[in-house]
Amino acid sequence: MRGLAPHILWKGAIYRALPSKKDLKILKILIMYIYKMKTTVLHSVHASLGAKMSPFGGYDMPIQYAGGIIAEHNAARSGAALFDTCHMGEFMLSGPSAAVDLDRLLSNDVANLAVGACRYGFLCNDGGGVIDDLITYRIAETEFMVVVNASGEDGDFNWIKERVSKDTTVENLSHATAKIDLQGPKSPKIAASLLKHPLNGLKYYRFMQNRYKDADIILSRTGYTGEIGFEIYCPAGIAAGFWNDCMNSGAVPAGLGARDILRLEMGYPLYGHELSADRNAAQSGFSHAISKNKPFIGSAKVLDSSLSNQSLTGISLDGRRTVHCGDTVMMDGKSVGTVTSGCFSPTQGRAIALAYIDKESVSIDKAVSVISGKNELTGKIAETPFYKKGTVRGDINLYL
Amino acid sequence: MTQVPSDLKFSQTHEWVRLENDTATVGISDHAQDTLGDITFVELPKVGAQVKQSGESGVIESVKAASDLISPVSGVVASVNSALDSAPETINSDPYGAGWLYTVKLTDASEVNGLMDAAAYEKYLESE
Repeated sequence: MRGLAPHILWKGAIYRALPSKKDLKILKILIMYIYKMKTTVLHSVHASLGAKMSPFGGYDMPIQYAGGIIAEHNAARSGAALFDTCHMGEFMLSGPSAAVDLDRLLSNDVANLAVGACRYGFLCNDGGGVIDDLITYRIAETEFMVVVNASGEDGDFNWIKERVSKDTTVENLSHATAKIDLQGPKSPKIAASLLKHPLNGLKYYRFMQNRYKDADIILSRTGYTGEIGFEIYCPAGIAAGFWNDCMNSGAVPAGLGARDILRLEMGYPLYGHELSADRNAAQSGFSHAISKNKPFIGSAKVLDSSLSNQSLTGISLDGRRTVHCGDTVMMDGKSVGTVTSGCFSPTQGRAIALAYIDKESVSIDKAVSVISGKNELTGKIAETPFYKKGTVRGDINLYL
Repeated sequence: MTQVPSDLKFSQTHEWVRLENDTATVGISDHAQDTLGDITFVELPKVGAQVKQSGESGVIESVKAASDLISPVSGVVASVNSALDSAPETINSDPYGAGWLYTVKLTDASEVNGLMDAAAYEKYLESE
């Protein structure tokens, strides 16, 4: 997580890790000014909840609230957690050629996507690298919503707009659209109590149009935690009301700190860490996101296995000490790869990491070590997800 | 509200010291644990190791940050709180009690006089 890196990598005395309140205030104003930091429609809600904020994807975002990151993580695993994901971008593509255009632009199949279904995929460059990872929703036969990372919003929009047919319109709805993620085994009950239409039978990677008070919303059974739950798209004006209603129904506000641990426990990628423009999409190992049925921009390189000499791999460390993005992975005395993300996993009781490792070295349970600063930390190659009890694919009717 | 017990001395780097004869117990303050967030790992000095005032004596990692631990006193480490190896979150829940870090047999007890008392530390926190 980019926003956290300066803190995580900070190897100073405690007092150096704790700048004074006055310093922080000045620093924050300065950063917001220099980087033209954006805020979401929920910014004042976070402030009133006492959130600790940090820059992420060009936005001033909550890292954690008063209860702490591990309590927020536990809420997502066993209750319900609420995430502000308004910083993410939403584009609407419409027109008779929209499906064909998206099939050419995206690594995943679009033409055979049913109305009411969504699919994860990559926007690749000509070299097969990943410009962004995104979810495509088929809203109607000729209408698609594409949801991208905050950091990619402007670049993705221009990339897509320059490459679609003349009769395809591309609109950036990010400003008008709020996005809130409600995740965890208790989230179906909470969502059902606040929305007009019943949620029975809603499957994983399907979405529905629903109503909250007088507003039309989209409720998508997707997320970034490994638990059953929803990504909810609604008009920006009602976001704070919906957020507060969720909280009053028992959902716990959770920040990017908990979000990063939850996604790492599932082995999900974070753009800028596991995915980047100069690493071949196939190396990620997310083969379900890469179609072999059609050509797409970059497909010649992505489907050429001789270009993918490393693969994304889980590492389970023996101890609790965290390894960091950029740390070297060693096996039998040789460097075999590089860590992309690491954290302490509350469910595993040890540190975990994702790393790109030379393909021929990837073997489950094989011993490795990670050179992290002046320490060499031992562990082994592990299957992902690290956390195997996630409710993400459960039958929603059992949670209502 | 941050707890600052009146019987302890504090360093500018947010460690506390409890003095009993010539032995000092060392921990980190409530303010420090609160700012670090959920603590996930501690590396403490070994029993018998020499620590120096203002010198590094270990590492504390939280879900957000890794920080060096700075010894508030000089001497020989007499004991360490090994229960923290598997339960470092005790520092969050009880920073002045079960979350103590190590004890030091002091080489120079007068060093402790240079540390802040509770009232001075509270002022120090306000001024930060």
